[in-house]
Amino acid sequence: MRIHPRYTQGGAVAVLGGATILTLMILVFIIFFILEKGLPVINLNFLTSNPEDMGRAGGIFPTLIGTILLPLLAIIIATPLGIFTSVYLSEYTKETKVTKVIRFGTDCLAGIPSIIFGLFGYIFFVITLGFGWSIISGGLTLAVMILPTIIRTSEEAIKSVPKSYREVSFSLGATSWQTVKKVILPNALPGIVTGIMLSVGRSIGETAAVIFTAGSSLRIPSSVFDSTRTMAVHFYILAREGISAENAYGTAATLIIAVLIVNLSAYWLMNRFIAKRS
Amino acid sequence: MESKITVRNKIEVSNLDLYYGKFQALISVNMSIQQNMITALIGPSGCGKSTLLRCLNRMNDLIHGVKITGEVLLDGTDIYHSTMEVTGLRTRVGMVFQRPNPFPLTIYDNVVYGLRVAGIRNKKESDEIAEKSLKGAWLWDQVKDKLDHSALELPLDQQQRLCIARLLAVKPEVILMDEPCSALDPIATMKIEELMLDLKKDYTITIVTHNMQQASRVSDYTGYMLLGEMIEFSDTKIIFTRPSKKLTEDYISGKYG
Repeated sequence: MRIHPRYTQGGAVAVLGGATILTLMILVFIIFFILEKGLPVINLNFLTSNPEDMGRAGGIFPTLIGTILLPLLAIIIATPLGIFTSVYLSEYTKETKVTKVIRFGTDCLAGIPSIIFGLFGYIFFVITLGFGWSIISGGLTLAVMILPTIIRTSEEAIKSVPKSYREVSFSLGATSWQTVKKVILPNALPGIVTGIMLSVGRSIGETAAVIFTAGSSLRIPSSVFDSTRTMAVHFYILAREGISAENAYGTAATLIIAVLIVNLSAYWLMNRFIAKRS
Repeated sequence: MESKITVRNKIEVSNLDLYYGKFQALISVNMSIQQNMITALIGPSGCGKSTLLRCLNRMNDLIHGVKITGEVLLDGTDIYHSTMEVTGLRTRVGMVFQRPNPFPLTIYDNVVYGLRVAGIRNKKESDEIAEKSLKGAWLWDQVKDKLDHSALELPLDQQQRLCIARLLAVKPEVILMDEPCSALDPIATMKIEELMLDLKKDYTITIVTHNMQQASRVSDYTGYMLLGEMIEFSDTKIIFTRPSKKLTEDYISGKYG
């Protein structure tokens, strides 16, 4: 039996639209739920004072510092490494078995649960290299964790730059590096930034990999070799040990707002860059 | 044509074979391209004319698995010799592509791209070359007041002339054109053809075209290619009036392709 295209069209609209609306509703519900419970807790004092009594009272100031420092360190390490690797893979190597294996490897790495990275970071950075539970161990572990994502998203962004740009650039006497610098990277930038933003979001929210490598000290760190606690870890400890549900929600709400601010400012910066170029 | 007395071979192709992997795309091609002349390459799709054109500035190097044997001499020097610097070669033998392909930059930045690549940053010098190149491509009057606008705002035919200006800025000796009018309407096409005849004074031009009328209108020499072979290469007039090969005649008269 053949169903009239009018009905299949109607069915498609219902299913596709329904999926979108459901996704949006879940997202809005989560954010609303967290903010509803968390926002009343947040005030200037909560953000700028030290926690007291394990976090039962007081604020979350040290965890704000930790949440800024760890992802920042991870991004500073992983971004150049990731972009250079993706440029090398896509512009300097021909498609061979080796590049396919590398690509498959990065895809696998991207899918590994973060706790495995935490374990690796604990054994390698904390124990073997002797960095201890520290910002440096945590940052390096997060960097290793987000590297595959940055490589793959950058590579996709680079691949989406029209082939004709490369041809023209070469035909005007440019070398590969000049072409990368002047044509490919500027045009791939929006995609690369998106990948970096995803990674920032992932590192800000990361718990398992961080708790094993950066520890959970509530003191304000004085060097990168000091332990620290991120908001995500703080939230986890407050909730899991039943210390304070109220402050846990406050921390979670701050975390969500922080991710939002990071993403919005990245989009703002990117749009400004695009507007300036064209 | 009086200029014939002073003709000089700018490019000489001899026994050129090209393989894409196992597939042989060019079979023992011979051809001479003469200075300050327009040479047209015609033939049905897939006959190898674009491939041959791309051999002349080594653009085929960018494709994986290409193997080339034979010789391409530019002013007597083999461009496939190991001492040839490819980036320098490509500024001497420049290329205009099928689709207008300005960078998503301003008009000015497009024109000076080749200069920046060559390390020229001096503003005065760049401005002068940009103006001269845009004038050379008959685009100066249309764009002189909006050099800082995006090149993508221009209509297609002006974009193509911008691409020509961008090439003129690097002072090429030979201009290769790969179906430069296929994305343009008849009036824009006519304009590019007139421009080609004007550019001929200073440059040697080789054009690949699908359009036989275009070849007969603008070119001095024409090569007819079929399945990777150069079937006939001769004066354009001869090719279009009394070709010596039956295959050429069939194509010219529309029996084939």
